[in-house]
Amino acid sequence: MSDQDLTAKVPAADESARVEKATTPAKRRGLLSGAAGRNLGLVVALVALCAVGVITAGDRFLSVNNILTILSLAAVTGVLSIGMTFVITGGGIDLSVGSVLGLASVWASTLATQTMANDTHWLVMVGVALLVGLGAGLVNGVLIAYGKVVAFIATLAMMVAARGLAEIIANRQTQVVKVQSFLDFFRADPLGIPTIVWIFAVVAIGGWVLLNRTTFGRRTIAVGGNPEAARLAGINVKRHTTYLYALAGLAAGIGGVMMLGRTTAGSSTNGQFYELDAIAAVVVGGTLLIGGRGTIVGTVLGVLIFSTLTNVFTQNNLSSSAQNVAKGVIIVAAVLLQQRLAERSRTST
Amino acid sequence: MVTDDPQTAGLLTMRGIVKQFPGARALDGVDLDIRAGEVHCLLGQNGAGKSTLIKVLAGAHQPDEGEILIDGEPVTIPHPVAGLKLGIATMYQELDVVDGLSVAENIYLGHELATAGFSQRRAVIAHTRKLLARLGHSGISPRREVGTLSAAGKQIVSMARALSHDARVIVMDEPSAVLDSEEVANLFRVVRDLTAEGVAVVYISHRLEEIRQIGDRITVLKDGRTVASGLAVADTPTAELIRLMTGRNVEYAIPRRPPVADDAPTLVHVEDLGLRGAFSGVSFDVRAGEVVGLAGLVGSGRSEILETVFGARRATTGRVEIDGTALKAGSVPDAVRAGIGLCPEERKSQGLLLDEPVYRNITLSTFARTANAGFLDEGAEKREAGQQITALDVRPADGDRHARTLSGGNQQKVLLARWLVHGCRVLLLDEPTRGVDVGARAEIYALIAELAARGTAVVVVSSEIEEVLGLADRVLVVSDGRVVHEGPTSEIDEHRVLDLVMEGSAA
Repeated sequence: MSDQDLTAKVPAADESARVEKATTPAKRRGLLSGAAGRNLGLVVALVALCAVGVITAGDRFLSVNNILTILSLAAVTGVLSIGMTFVITGGGIDLSVGSVLGLASVWASTLATQTMANDTHWLVMVGVALLVGLGAGLVNGVLIAYGKVVAFIATLAMMVAARGLAEIIANRQTQVVKVQSFLDFFRADPLGIPTIVWIFAVVAIGGWVLLNRTTFGRRTIAVGGNPEAARLAGINVKRHTTYLYALAGLAAGIGGVMMLGRTTAGSSTNGQFYELDAIAAVVVGGTLLIGGRGTIVGTVLGVLIFSTLTNVFTQNNLSSSAQNVAKGVIIVAAVLLQQRLAERSRTST
Repeated sequence: MVTDDPQTAGLLTMRGIVKQFPGARALDGVDLDIRAGEVHCLLGQNGAGKSTLIKVLAGAHQPDEGEILIDGEPVTIPHPVAGLKLGIATMYQELDVVDGLSVAENIYLGHELATAGFSQRRAVIAHTRKLLARLGHSGISPRREVGTLSAAGKQIVSMARALSHDARVIVMDEPSAVLDSEEVANLFRVVRDLTAEGVAVVYISHRLEEIRQIGDRITVLKDGRTVASGLAVADTPTAELIRLMTGRNVEYAIPRRPPVADDAPTLVHVEDLGLRGAFSGVSFDVRAGEVVGLAGLVGSGRSEILETVFGARRATTGRVEIDGTALKAGSVPDAVRAGIGLCPEERKSQGLLLDEPVYRNITLSTFARTANAGFLDEGAEKREAGQQITALDVRPADGDRHARTLSGGNQQKVLLARWLVHGCRVLLLDEPTRGVDVGARAEIYALIAELAARGTAVVVVSSEIEEVLGLADRVLVVSDGRVVHEGPTSEIDEHRVLDLVMEGSAA
């Protein structure tokens, strides 16, 4: 009799223990898999990188100058990455942004453009770069949304073609910017912070508002999450897809202007491989590559992680080759982690 | 049941199979017993669980409960290769061949004949020739690229692959769907040869007349359960099969509605609407407060008609008018602006953002309207969604939960809520109660009745004829892309509708 009582009690106790076990990981899951949790993970990674920087390079790493260097390094890729976040959240990909940046920087610094800018206003150069970026993005968007060309192929073609066009226009020469007012603007560095960092900040904040607070952002998530459901709910999916690529192109145009400001020269080699850095930052940041979920904060953190990594390696006189290996490891680790979290949040519900 | 004759004793038995997916119970206690040398037909509507069941049998899904016995011995089938080793081969509905490979390479895909990694091409080709000859298709060259074959040819390749495994049970999921009548006759000949050799064939088809021709016994699935097991084809009338497939297990009431007022204005006017390859010459009117039903088999064109009225497909002929104003063909935004809403057939793939909160799914058609100058008003969205969640009793009543976590019935309510928030005048419902449990079903019926009472024009498509006749004031019977009958539901009964549906599909 007593034996039976015992055996009857054991599973009961086991049961309650199991219930308890089931609740605590659920809470932890909630913390890690939520948007804030994912960003927390990125912050931890960034802090860890900084710690490595401080330990290996000491005060050199922590100096205000060095931190501004990191931010300047992040700025151009950062702006491209904000545009890329929208495209990827909307279920697409844009391989052309680096080339379009190069084309914009070349077109905005031709002799003709510079002469016109000297005669009128330096903003002419900015306008040209933005129009070039926007135009290239629109071509991408129309080809993908209405021409039904796969995004990967359409933007790959644009990547090659834009680079070629930039070479033709620049005749493979470096075009030095001589418009003084333009250069002055980029040397102004308000509050001691480089102008391009300010531009990155403005674009990032604007991107955050656009993605999280506007109908444009909601449409982006809907189109990326389930294009058919979005279409049947009355959203014009094709038009919105076009806008997304136009936005990425515009970001590339802004990147072209920043490049001109930073290097004071337009060159057809500007922005080479930047599209890969942008995609890497977006993915590491936690935006789903299949679309439907995007995070601007994550993207900014992703960009900062990569530029800090570069800086730490440079401070320690390590080769850029070693740097690339580390970048590759980070990308894979981040994506593996992301998949685990996505799976767990799916099975937990 | 004990069978004395060892020849016909159960070759394969499935007992009490349960398969739970997040938010839906696909299989809820399925029994199936298959004897050597028989053609066992598996019947059931879309969503009844047939595909899940054969995936469990093939080892592609793991059952949560239940057991599988082969020759009376319990077995587990942890992955598809194990299924093949046990002699169970499956020909899936979506032809699972690799277009870029040759016929022979496709047949031996996954079990290539090889010595030390080098494929024995000559042996493979010889074997393939034999298999194709056995299927009566010696004409197909083993070296031909599969992509260049017709759908029927790919079917043959798929079948040859099943044979190459020395299968004892071959599962065929709608093998005739892509075949013309001559090819179907050839398929039946092959099936008869196979069964004569003692192979059991599990045959899935929507075409009842085929089952009459080829089947020995029938198992009927409905809502993930076996409702009839091992019926002899010869002794079971078609009407009985339909009743089993569509019949209600539990009584649920479709509320009675008063007839539509005589002076109710015509809201929807569809004229000579056609879509190439799907349907043609469809004309009908729907008045405010009226419910019109579209009855027909899967593939008859009924869903395409709804989607074309909605503009999700661009009509090749004809036009749609709402309240006297013609809609732009092929423009969903235009239809939505005019006050039309569609709850699509496939809730998950066509209706919902599964990883977004419920409230955003509800406001997917209206968030732009509540927004101020492009800036979202999430407070207003949550309020509007919350009202509908309460009104429709969506459970759990939590707008922040992801849509994925809801059951089928509650997901359907979310879609209905979307159009209620939008305030549409015309509601198009495609299979509104598929995969919906009995309780939620009654609620959805009540809601449809209430909407009609408030003056909404409703068009309902359903595979369940009783449902169409119960809900609708008028019914349109669709068969083979044409409307073959139109009239008040009070003047027609289920059997007559069935006859009309069958006549059309037999032609």
